[in-house]
Amino acid sequence: MIFEYAPAPESRSVVDLKPSYGLFVNGSFVDPADGGSFTSVNPATEEVLAEVAEAGPQDVERAVEAARTAYQKVWGPMPGRDRAKYLYRIARIIQERSRELAVLESLDNGKPIKESRDVDLPLVAAHFFYYAGWADKLPHAGFGADPQPLGVAAQVIPWNFPLLMLAWKIAPALAAGNTVVLKPAETTPLTALLFAEICQQADLPAGVVNIVTGAGETGRALVEHPGVDKVAFTGSTEVGKAIARSVAGTRKKLTLELGGKAANIVFDDAPIDQAVEGIVNGIFFNQGHVCCAGSRLLVQESVAEQVLASLKRRMAQLRVGDPLDKNTDVGAINSAAQLARIRELSDVGAAEGAQRWSPPCELPERGFWFAPTIFTGVTQAHRIAREEIFGPVLSVLTFRTPAEAVEKANNTPYGLSAGIWTDKGSRILWLADRLRAGVVWANTFNKFDPTSPFGGYKESGYGREGGRHGLEAYLNV
Amino acid sequence: MSERVAVRKTYKLFIGGKFPRSESGRSYLVQSANVSLASRKDARDAVVAARAAVKGWSGATAYNRGQILYRVAEMLEGRREQFVALGVPGDEVDAATDRWVWYAGWSDKLPQVYGGANPVAGPYFNLSAPEPTGVVAVVAPEAPALLGLVSVIAPAIVTGNTVVVAASPAAPLAAVTLAEVLATSDLPGGVVNLLTGRIGETVPTLAAHLDVNAIDLAGVTDADLAADLEVRAAENLKRVLRPVPADHDWTADPGVGRMTALLETKTVWHPKGV
Repeated sequence: MIFEYAPAPESRSVVDLKPSYGLFVNGSFVDPADGGSFTSVNPATEEVLAEVAEAGPQDVERAVEAARTAYQKVWGPMPGRDRAKYLYRIARIIQERSRELAVLESLDNGKPIKESRDVDLPLVAAHFFYYAGWADKLPHAGFGADPQPLGVAAQVIPWNFPLLMLAWKIAPALAAGNTVVLKPAETTPLTALLFAEICQQADLPAGVVNIVTGAGETGRALVEHPGVDKVAFTGSTEVGKAIARSVAGTRKKLTLELGGKAANIVFDDAPIDQAVEGIVNGIFFNQGHVCCAGSRLLVQESVAEQVLASLKRRMAQLRVGDPLDKNTDVGAINSAAQLARIRELSDVGAAEGAQRWSPPCELPERGFWFAPTIFTGVTQAHRIAREEIFGPVLSVLTFRTPAEAVEKANNTPYGLSAGIWTDKGSRILWLADRLRAGVVWANTFNKFDPTSPFGGYKESGYGREGGRHGLEAYLNV
Repeated sequence: MSERVAVRKTYKLFIGGKFPRSESGRSYLVQSANVSLASRKDARDAVVAARAAVKGWSGATAYNRGQILYRVAEMLEGRREQFVALGVPGDEVDAATDRWVWYAGWSDKLPQVYGGANPVAGPYFNLSAPEPTGVVAVVAPEAPALLGLVSVIAPAIVTGNTVVVAASPAAPLAAVTLAEVLATSDLPGGVVNLLTGRIGETVPTLAAHLDVNAIDLAGVTDADLAADLEVRAAENLKRVLRPVPADHDWTADPGVGRMTALLETKTVWHPKGV
């Protein structure tokens, strides 16, 4: 007996999209000075979701000014106890409106509702709840008796976890007493704009949070604005380096969370089924649009065949398609540009001699889609083993000894994350000591928590987000 | 009886635990001595030596590193008069010695103060621990020649980093003499490497070097040069410590900032279960 597939679509009626959105400056939505705009599309259907204002230099100026005034007059002088209450309020409203936010996130980003509902949104609320509690406890955070905020924070975030990255940026900044001007990514601005409404609903004082939408030029105007005291960026290493150059010689404090090319290392004594689940989660979670994705599988030679057979069997079960279908495992690629990049690097992988494999899978006709893909026979010299693809593409390499695994894992300019799969505890600790990566997941992968510091070594950036460590980025210490 | 003819000292570089002259064969006259004028090649050689020392030094136990830093203080105490003879005030030598003692004690405490368990919302063991960033290039403050130098070297190496230091060009003799202290303190060769000469000649090489993980611009007084060095450092995203204001009080409590700025935090997760 064969069952027909029955989709379980989440209703989008919970989302009330406006046809157009202004910039959120000084507590209200305003039109941009020069009237520019762009559209945000649903990557799963290419349907236009809304028109969004494009902020120019004048708008950035206005937003920074609003943030400065709010910092000096309201948020800076406010007792930490009261800042905490506003942040708790925001956390609660996010919990209350979580379905609406999750659906909108999936519409705008293309990620499966299963993930936006069960991963992104709970973490967003938890992040605000966690940092709320720090706001009146800063003297106990280990940065001296009286740590001070920096002032106005310029924050630029990516499109892969739009609302979660917003939370990682705004929650610690506000807890520490800073005000912010945040620029969401141009392909995923909508949940940030809904967040602006939440700030209004929470009666957050005007100017404490400002949201300016736009593309790279808006971001550049923001981080290069002489009136900002702090720059926080999550995105590509290339742009991160440009920002590091642009703040050289200024007073601006900088934290960067950039690219990665994580090794996910599987030893021959690992429980294979669990490891395969971890490999799949490591690279296909969020369509592989994850800076800490386990995009290089390092599998011990003796079990390579077994692991690959099992991995292929598992990949064939992945359901690729409608992000709003609750059964969907892999959603849409976020944009046409990103899809082109994934295709280009995958073609290079094949051209350089690696063997490409994808499970049979039907992709929707409209929208941006890429089937889960693995490459075997990959060497360390291949571009697909060196460059961040930021898509559902896994490069498989093998090793024989633990020392070789360390060598290969660390052979990258990045150093954001790594995975280890083995039953031997001493080996985990030995290896964790030697991996040059900010987060090491042992017998698990892609786990996040507001109490747990996240951030990279080497060219994956500097500074940490999350935990007590995450406060340091927003204090004058 | 003729008066005894003194034996003069040659002031050389300190690279990989040895005291070579500059490969360029150059020197410059300062503080009445010919001091090696380090070249860009010397800077690169120093980075190679510093990199080679990372594995052993960062892998040493914190207890061991603490004892070695304390040993530096012992050696410095014994050579107090030698520094006084070079014009370093006695109080400054004492303060520099005490600073080594202070930092020595941090080696096995900072990981507890700066790391620890994180109470994640799930059945996971989750631990954050600081690790050294690697090779650090340091521009020593122009003054105080000894205390300033010690105050930038000690916080970098106590946690397991290795350093390439550009000494104060105007007062390098105390720096070279400190290198002699370090060479007799069980500090492994290459953990501290010292260049004398022009900041503008060697430091841009260090700032742009792709095998350097961080740069401390403490002693850079020219704002344009500082900005240029920071731009160079961006190429491989070095951690950057910006210049220290000229009126900084080096005798004040240094706090932990100079140590933590040169650390990476690594967080390890593992599921709990049976």
